[in-house]
Amino acid sequence: MTDAILRMQAITKTFPGVMALRDVNLTVQRGEIHAIVGENGAGKSTLMKVLSGVYPHGSYTGDVIFDGEPCRFSDIRDSERRGIVIIHQELALSPHLSIAENIYLGNEQTRRGLIDWNRTNAEAGRLLARVGLHENPVTPVTDLGVGKQQLVEIAKALSKSVRMLILDEPTAALNDEDSAHLLDLLRGLRADGLTAVIISHKLNEIRAIADSTTILRDGRTIETLDMRTDEVSEGRIIAGMVGRDLDHRFPPHESHIGDEVLRIEDWTVHSPTQHGRVVVEGANLTLRRGEIVGLAGLMGAGRTELAMSVFGRSYGIGISGRIFKDGREIHLKSVRDAIRHGIAYATEDRKLYGLNLIEDVKRNISAAALSRLSKRGWVHDNEEYRVAQDFRRNLNIKAPSVLTTAGTLSGGNQQKVVLAKWIFTDPDVLILDEPTRGIDVGAKYEIYGIINALADQGKAILVISSELPELLGICDRIYALSAGRITGEVTRADATPERLMQYMTKEKEQ
Amino acid sequence: MSSTAPTNDIAAARPLPDAAGAEPAEAGTGRFSVNLRQSGIYIAFVVIVVLFAILTGGKSITPQNISNIMVQNSYILVLAIGMILIIIAGHIDLSVGSVVAVTGAIAAVLMVNLHLPWPLAILITMITGGLIGAFQGYWVAYFGIPAFIVTLAGMLVFRALTMWTLGNQGIGPFPTEVRTLANGFAPGYLGNIGLGPLGGADLFTLLAGLLAVGGIVATQWRARHGRLRYQQQVDSIQLFALKMLAAGIAVMFVVVQIARFKNLPWVLVLLTALVLGYSLLTNRVVFGRHIYAVGGNLHAATLSGIKVKSVTFWLFVNMGVIAAIAGVIFAGRLNLAGPTAGNTFELEAIAAAFIGGAAVQGGVGKVVGAITGGLIIAVINNGMSLIGSPPERVMLVKGLVLLAAVAIDVWSKRRAGVAR
Repeated sequence: MTDAILRMQAITKTFPGVMALRDVNLTVQRGEIHAIVGENGAGKSTLMKVLSGVYPHGSYTGDVIFDGEPCRFSDIRDSERRGIVIIHQELALSPHLSIAENIYLGNEQTRRGLIDWNRTNAEAGRLLARVGLHENPVTPVTDLGVGKQQLVEIAKALSKSVRMLILDEPTAALNDEDSAHLLDLLRGLRADGLTAVIISHKLNEIRAIADSTTILRDGRTIETLDMRTDEVSEGRIIAGMVGRDLDHRFPPHESHIGDEVLRIEDWTVHSPTQHGRVVVEGANLTLRRGEIVGLAGLMGAGRTELAMSVFGRSYGIGISGRIFKDGREIHLKSVRDAIRHGIAYATEDRKLYGLNLIEDVKRNISAAALSRLSKRGWVHDNEEYRVAQDFRRNLNIKAPSVLTTAGTLSGGNQQKVVLAKWIFTDPDVLILDEPTRGIDVGAKYEIYGIINALADQGKAILVISSELPELLGICDRIYALSAGRITGEVTRADATPERLMQYMTKEKEQ
Repeated sequence: MSSTAPTNDIAAARPLPDAAGAEPAEAGTGRFSVNLRQSGIYIAFVVIVVLFAILTGGKSITPQNISNIMVQNSYILVLAIGMILIIIAGHIDLSVGSVVAVTGAIAAVLMVNLHLPWPLAILITMITGGLIGAFQGYWVAYFGIPAFIVTLAGMLVFRALTMWTLGNQGIGPFPTEVRTLANGFAPGYLGNIGLGPLGGADLFTLLAGLLAVGGIVATQWRARHGRLRYQQQVDSIQLFALKMLAAGIAVMFVVVQIARFKNLPWVLVLLTALVLGYSLLTNRVVFGRHIYAVGGNLHAATLSGIKVKSVTFWLFVNMGVIAAIAGVIFAGRLNLAGPTAGNTFELEAIAAAFIGGAAVQGGVGKVVGAITGGLIIAVINNGMSLIGSPPERVMLVKGLVLLAAVAIDVWSKRRAGVAR
């Protein structure tokens, strides 16, 4: 009775120091819509990259059997030739080319070596009709909204005679109307016999559209649920996604919470790139001295955007709302203002936004507070060396010396340099965005210890993290963010992964 | 400066003493090899000097020739100082040749046609240079147009303004003082002394040289002492002495040759002052540090509260002032402000910066490196013309040297594996 189009068996994929996938099994039936769910970092994207040949055969172990034949893809073109097409969350369209040019990019319709524009545009028009996009094929893609661009991607996939379509978070950036249209389209394609794999955080969507759902957690398959016969509730899925015991991965800590130090009221931020899109909507939060507060949210919920917009408007346009520091309203127009008012933000992307990788450890640590090391514009370089040495010792930064180039350090040690840089600005409020992303367990433990020590000094800490166990393990209080809105606030005593996940996947009330 | 850095209380945050392992040893041999890579440019310079000394049978290091190399290339070396700062910040300036021309023309009009006193004329010229830089800096920093485009436009615009200012003819002659500044020598204040077999030499120049060497040794000694007080790694006393001895011999060799030829060239005094000043700026002044931060990682600099736009703007203002200085020197040297002045100077200055170790992506470079790069070009120019090479061969060699220098930089970086 089963007619599997795809079997992935015992897939194991390791990165240096991390086991991303461990004996993962996935079976997809022909003509079904199969959802894959899991927390950030559970291994969903890695699994799809194995399937689509982004990670070539040989870089993982296990078997991929598509349509009865074992597959050994060496790149993404290999998998596309077999009819497996992946549409990434970040759309891969060339903005200044037309819809038709994008659809046939790399697959140009030629006649005697020259591009046959009549055929290209006519075929593109036919594909657009099929995906329900009523646009002229010669329209530049940049003139389309994200929802319509998504449809262009699907049309592009259909042009390659796709047999299995993989969609990574297809509705994350879409509004309700576009999302509904996309889901209808997928239903229509299913009726035509197309198989689809969809990665999504939106559980109500999955319940509405998926025929079966596979849950991944910590790089392992937990279970595959049949959505047609079983009565599967959202709670059932959430339990599978988070159900893990918190072991001793966090240093013990007792908080001494003081007065309110930062209060954000009715904070709203608009996207600088997508006109009219609200990224953060009416957020309220308070931080108190000595308190570690978590900010939970799934990818695209607006966590980083919220933090960076508060940090001297370093993200977003059309920002409104009020910020109070120690009870008095402050106006942070630039990063300098924010630093002067004792606010620090350690970025989630330390290589791109956090460090000057070609500079040494010492100068990275002093970069945000050089004024503390200088008198009338002159830098006291011996003092700078001493400060950097102190940090290297106290934060246990494993580098041969403070003159070592930051780019040569391991991720955990780079993260400690970023922390040192911000601690040296002597902030009252530290916003730590994904402070343990991509670093090993030992270094994580040390970073938690540093966070605890900073809280004990009376600083207020806001930790943004994709890992719920991390937030549950170190935070006194946790806010949940979903689609730019704060949908819940729980104290340490009341916090459970299930409850947080419920808030994090909560849709806007109609 | 704060003496109460909030670093000490974090010690409690070391929860895993075992994971920490042994404290890594201070940089030992590793640092020496790094230094070798950084000093590759200086070694290359010495090799080139020695090579041409042999090829020309010693003609390239005669007193007169050394003095000539300094004076003839002073304006390129001055420009290279401004250019390296722009390149460290990740930009480029193609307009400096035209700015040299237009500021030279303005100086000529002020001094020759309007008979303004020369110090006032030079001051006005430098301010004009600064305004030109501010104009270009505005478009680059605040309007967000790539410097390549802005300064390419500037290259055309300021060349046009030069011709308009001059009315398509050369203006000269310049006042004697300006000519002396650009081309001449300090008076032999203290007369000559005999140096035995080397013949007579200007005593003032020799004393200035000795003072310079003394200054170098004293500041290095102080820096070493300060580092020791902060328990930093320093060279052993023997290596320190060796380095100081080498530096002293190199400086005194040039100084003695110059003193044997004539007195101290004024442009050499100016150049030395600029090199010292800008080296201090890049190493010890907050603004200088910000240049490296902006060029190394623009996003990280922005998120560290550095006013990146302001840094970029003032770098272009600075470049304009420096181009004006070079413009006055060049016009004074030729005793004429002409419409084609400064042609291709921008390319020579850019080449000097890159040969001197600047990185194509920005964030790396030193003032002394750019000067060395400029001197390498100068020695190649001079040495090849001494052995009678035709101009096309000189051009060919300079082009290949530039390509090789940047290729080595890119290659060594790839080997070091520093992720960017």
